[in-house]
Amino acid sequence: MASRPRTLYEKIWDAHVVETRDDGTALVYIDRHLVHEVTSPQAFEALRIAGRPVRRPELTLAVPDHNLPTTPRLDSRGHPLPIADPESAAQLAALEVNAPAFGIRYIPATAKEQGIVHVVGPEQGFSLPGTTIVCGDSHTACHGGLGALAFGIGTSEVEHVLATQTLLLQQSKPMEVRVEGDLGPGVSAKDLILHIIGTIGAAGGSGYVIEYRGAVFARMSVEERLTVCNMSIEAGARAGLIAPDDTTFAYLKGRPMAPQGAEWDAAVAYWRSLHTDEGAVFAKSVVIDAAAVEPSVTWGTSPEDVVAIGGRVPFPEDFADESKRVAAQKSLDYMGLTPGTPMTEVPIENVFIGSCTNSRIEDLRAAAAILNGRRKADNVRWAIVVPGSGLVKAQAEDEGLDKVFIDAGFEWREPGCSACLGMNPDKVPAGERCASTSNRNFVGRQGPGARTHLVSPAMAAAAAVTGRLADVRTLV
Amino acid sequence: MEPLTRVEGRAIPLGLKNVDTDIIIPAKWLKTISREGLGQGAFEALRAEPGNVIDDPAYAGANILIAGDNFGCGSSREHAAWALGDMGIRVVIAPSFSDIFSGNAVKNGMLPVVLPQGAVDRLLEVAREGLAISVDLEQQTVTTPYQDRFTFTLDPFRRDCLLGGLDEVGLTMARGEAIGGFEASRTAAQPWLMRGTAA
Ligand code: SF4
Repeated sequence: MASRPRTLYEKIWDAHVVETRDDGTALVYIDRHLVHEVTSPQAFEALRIAGRPVRRPELTLAVPDHNLPTTPRLDSRGHPLPIADPESAAQLAALEVNAPAFGIRYIPATAKEQGIVHVVGPEQGFSLPGTTIVCGDSHTACHGGLGALAFGIGTSEVEHVLATQTLLLQQSKPMEVRVEGDLGPGVSAKDLILHIIGTIGAAGGSGYVIEYRGAVFARMSVEERLTVCNMSIEAGARAGLIAPDDTTFAYLKGRPMAPQGAEWDAAVAYWRSLHTDEGAVFAKSVVIDAAAVEPSVTWGTSPEDVVAIGGRVPFPEDFADESKRVAAQKSLDYMGLTPGTPMTEVPIENVFIGSCTNSRIEDLRAAAAILNGRRKADNVRWAIVVPGSGLVKAQAEDEGLDKVFIDAGFEWREPGCSACLGMNPDKVPAGERCASTSNRNFVGRQGPGARTHLVSPAMAAAAAVTGRLADVRTLV
Repeated sequence: MEPLTRVEGRAIPLGLKNVDTDIIIPAKWLKTISREGLGQGAFEALRAEPGNVIDDPAYAGANILIAGDNFGCGSSREHAAWALGDMGIRVVIAPSFSDIFSGNAVKNGMLPVVLPQGAVDRLLEVAREGLAISVDLEQQTVTTPYQDRFTFTLDPFRRDCLLGGLDEVGLTMARGEAIGGFEASRTAAQPWLMRGTAA
C-alpha cells in the first residue's frame, strides 16, 4: 500500500516515534543533544540527586559558549586565564566537571573546535539531516538548515533527554513558507528571514514547524540556510526546516562526526528521501515574493518589528489593533525613536557581528567585503566581531579577514555568544544603539537599556562605516 | 513535585502581550547553578517602574498571573518558570503561550491556562478589584466571585502530571524497554545514527 504523501516534517517525526500514547502524546527519540553551561547545571544536579545515569552519552556533545568571555583565554605561556565573574566561572566549571562525570564528550573553552553550540554542531558533522536535535537554547532550530528537526528545550527536558534519550511531545502542524522568485542584489538570507518574520508576525508560526520552500533556498549555501532556520523561533515556530540536497551533503562530507565510507553512502541514500512528497498537505501556507525583499532592519523590541532600510520609523497609529499600538508606543519609547524618521537617519554607536545567526565564515566574508579599505565612523564607539567557533576564526585569519576588521576599527574576539545575550562582559550600554547580526531585539537583551537593531552582517558593516543604519547597496 | 488540583487566590493583572522570557527573568539571573531564589529577579525591569503591578500591595500574595497573548515567548530558559514559581505563582492565564514555556511550566508544577481574549479581559477586571479567582484543574474551570465560569482544556497527559505531581523522567524511564527496542532496530538499520560523538 502506498503511504499517504507526507511533508518533510512528518517523515522525520514518524521515523522517531518510539510509541504513541492514547492521548496522542508521542515518545520521540532524540538523536543529537547539545549541551552548554547555562541551561544544564540543574539537569545534571537532578540526575545526580536521583542517581540516574545518562542513557546514551555519545549522543550528547557539550561545549561552553553562553557566558564565556570573548577576551583571550590563554596567557602568553599558554595557561588558561581565570574568568573574572565568579558566577560565570562556577557555571563553566560545573559543565567541565559534569560532562566527563557523565561520560559526555566535552569541548573545552581553549580548544579550537570550541564555539557556539549551533555553529559547532553542523561544523563537526554532529548535526545531520533527518535527525532530531535538541539543545537548551531556543535557536536550536538553526540545525534545520541541514534538514534536521531541531528545537529548543528547557532544563527539565535536558534532564529528560539525558536520562532517557527521548522527549514526550505533541506533534506540531506542518507549515509552509514558500518563497517565489529571486532575491535582489545585496539582499541576504538574514534580510529574507527578517522580512518573513515581519510578514507572518512573532506568533505567526506558533504551534507549527515551518518548512522553507522555493528555489531561493535550493540556491543557498548551508550557512545561509542555517541563518534562515535559526530565526524560526522568532516567528513563534517550534522549528524550521529546509530539505537536504547535494549542497547539504557536500557540506557534511568528511566532517569529523559525519558518517564515513559505506555508511556515508547509506546515509546519503536515506537523506535523499527526505523531502516533502508531491501532494502532501500543509496546515498553513504563506507565500513570499522574494523580489519584494529589501535589506531589512528592526525598529522595535519584537523581531516582527521589521522595516526595509528605505523605510521610516512607523507611527503607532498605523497599526490596526489596539494592543499592537500600545506595544509600538512602548517600543518606540524604549528605542528612543521618533515616528516618521527615515531608518537611514538613525545613528549607531555600537556594532556587533556574531551570534549563531550570523557568525559563520560567509557572514564574516560578507561584512569584510564592505569594510575592506574603510573605517568605522567616529560616532561608532564599539565595534566587535565574535566568530562562531575557533575553526571559523582560524579560517577567517587564513583569509586575512581579521586584518580587515581590525583596520576598520573592530575588535577581533574569541568565539562565544557574547553580545547576543549579554551574559558575559560584552554588553551594549544603556540608551545606546547597536546594529547587531544577532536574532533578538528584546528589551534589555544586549544589556540593560540597550537598543538593538537586527541586521545582516553586510548591513552591520555598512552601519559601522556610515555611523548610521545604512543601505549596504549604496556602499558596494 | 507538588500536586496541583485547585488554586484559589488573588491574581496579578499583568495583561501585557508578548511577555518574553527576558522580561520574566533577565539574562543576568541565569548564572545560577540551582533552581531556587530566582523570584528576586523576576520582572526586574518592570518592577523598577514606580507603581508597577507586580509589587502593588493590592495583589500581595497572588498565586495567579494573568497576561496577554504569546506569554513566555523568546528564550527556552526554564528559569522563567522557576522565577514565577519562586514568586509564588502556580497558575498563569493567557490567550496563548509559547510552546516551550507551557511545557516548562507544567514540568515545574505550574498550570498554563489558555482562555479566549474576552475571558482574559474579564478576569483582568476581576483581578484588578483585588478579588480572588479560582482555578480548578479537575473541572478545568476558572471561576470568579461574580459567578463567571470559564472552561479550558489541557492535554490529558499534562493534566495527569499536574494532578498527580508526577515525575516525567521517572515515568519515561519505566518505558526503557520500548526505547531499547527502538535503539536496537536503529543500530541494525542505520548504525551511523547511533554513533554521535563516537564516530
Ligand atoms: S548566540 Fe545567542 S541565540 Fe545563539 S546560542 Fe548563543 S545565546 Fe543562543
